[in-house]
Amino acid sequence: MPGVGCRERLSAMIEVDRLTKAYGKHLAVDDVSFRVEPGTVTGFLGPNGAGKSTTMRMMVGLTPPTAGGSTILGVPYSKIPNPGTHVGVLLDASAQHAGRTGREVLHLGGMLMGLEERRVDEMLELVGLSEVEAKRRVGNYSLGMRQRLGIAHALLGDPQVLVLDEPANGLDPAGIRWMRGLLRGFAERGGTVLLSSHLLHEIEMIADELVVIGRGKIVAQGSKDELVSASGTLVRSLDLDTLAVALKQAELSFTHTATSSLIVQATGEQIGRAAAGAGVVLTELRPAEGAGLEEMFLQLTADDARDEVPS
Amino acid sequence: MSALTAPAPVDFSQTSRVRMSKLFRVELRKIADTRAGIWLLVAIVALTLLADIIFLFAAKSSELTYENFAAVTATPQGFILPILGILLVTSEWSQRTGLVTFTLEPSRGRVVVAKFLAVVAIGIAAVAIALALGALFNVIGSGVAGGAGDWDLGFAGARDFTLLQLMGIIQGLAFGMLFMNSAAAIVLYFVIPTAWSILFGLVSALEDAAPWLDLGTAQQPLFDTNHSLSATEWSQLLVTTLIWIVAPLVAGIIRLLRAELKSA
Repeated sequence: MPGVGCRERLSAMIEVDRLTKAYGKHLAVDDVSFRVEPGTVTGFLGPNGAGKSTTMRMMVGLTPPTAGGSTILGVPYSKIPNPGTHVGVLLDASAQHAGRTGREVLHLGGMLMGLEERRVDEMLELVGLSEVEAKRRVGNYSLGMRQRLGIAHALLGDPQVLVLDEPANGLDPAGIRWMRGLLRGFAERGGTVLLSSHLLHEIEMIADELVVIGRGKIVAQGSKDELVSASGTLVRSLDLDTLAVALKQAELSFTHTATSSLIVQATGEQIGRAAAGAGVVLTELRPAEGAGLEEMFLQLTADDARDEVPS
Repeated sequence: MSALTAPAPVDFSQTSRVRMSKLFRVELRKIADTRAGIWLLVAIVALTLLADIIFLFAAKSSELTYENFAAVTATPQGFILPILGILLVTSEWSQRTGLVTFTLEPSRGRVVVAKFLAVVAIGIAAVAIALALGALFNVIGSGVAGGAGDWDLGFAGARDFTLLQLMGIIQGLAFGMLFMNSAAAIVLYFVIPTAWSILFGLVSALEDAAPWLDLGTAQQPLFDTNHSLSATEWSQLLVTTLIWIVAPLVAGIIRLLRAELKSA
């Protein structure tokens, strides 16, 4: 670990440095580097199997990296004393003993971290698990309840940093909004959040910084606004082919999307003029907003046919 | 919630690492706080009780001694204690709780030490229950059933029973770490010694070697009422313990320290 080098740049709460994990010849994580600054919620976005979970497991020392390293709060995770009180980790909400009650799961965590029982009650209340639900065994929990329990467990030790793998998975839209509020509040108080998701809209709702990963490699990173505004104008037409020819003649660059529209790197006016010149009817013309990011993401997902076929 | 105001690195000097006593208490609690764990503990007490009750009615009155009441509980306890040892480790994998356990205490070696201490404590508690129930039944036996009621168990007897149960539960822990799978560890724990014993029974040439290679054979003197093992018998116990308990334990620890914990 380049420990000294990391301490020179004090502001990064999480620093991942050329992290690589090979399983045989397959590179699950390939030279991944990123930083997470304090006070931000950073989304780690990628299709299933892109290497998100493996990266996060390496960050907390559960999986030994093939190369590279990472620090949290300036040191490798394994060097943090009583790490639960500094870094809240949720790697898999379903990874709890089915025969243990929700309250008992938190009680064990609190016992280990040296917390008072009151903290368990506070966290149960915070995530909206009732007294009755807390007494039920985790095996009888819905995925959404497990996620809430997992969030409660991650927050138990009052950490400065949260590392959450797919925490919104299994939550209903109201639950996702709740989580947004929770994580926003955490970040506003100076906390640092890294959360992963394979769903773009989920991440767009919650995160303000994005790290996009595909096939083990980082394909984009930056603020959400940056990534979104870089995406141009979306246009739909009754005659997409003729429009494409007209755009080429006007020397406007564009890409086809998977949803019968074009993303053009030009203003609405430029596109409108080109379309009018060619006599093409436009049915939609608007800033692409997340569409560019969405395209990139769909492309990533489509490329990964080994994982799932996009519907 | 955190009240971090400055993005400066965290001062860890105020946080001490998790104490071993805490890790130990957590691991001890994990044995008992699941449905399976509770039932296994209940089963240990119930079978100990049942063994004494059956013996009270089935044995001749001259056989109703403290030594025997204690001895009849050794076998049923010896069946269940290793399973507790196995599950304390394998559930970290099968229930994937290891993701949490080894995140809250990244030093896996310390977690292993805590688990080891926890199963030793459970083993000692089980023997204590056996000795207490044995005493109770010896009183009942002499009072109600006209039993002999002899009390001579002595330090050596208590030592041998404790040794026996601790060997079993530690072997369970070792098998759990080695196979990292509840079903495989439990089946192999019971099948391997049985198959091994059958092998020694069938091949007459191996008969002399049995006390040196077969743990069950080497443990027989621990059941003897005189509880005085010869130097050879101690050596045989040591050698078979090295083969069947220490070696799996070392291999299991190495595997656990190196294993990758996977999420979903």
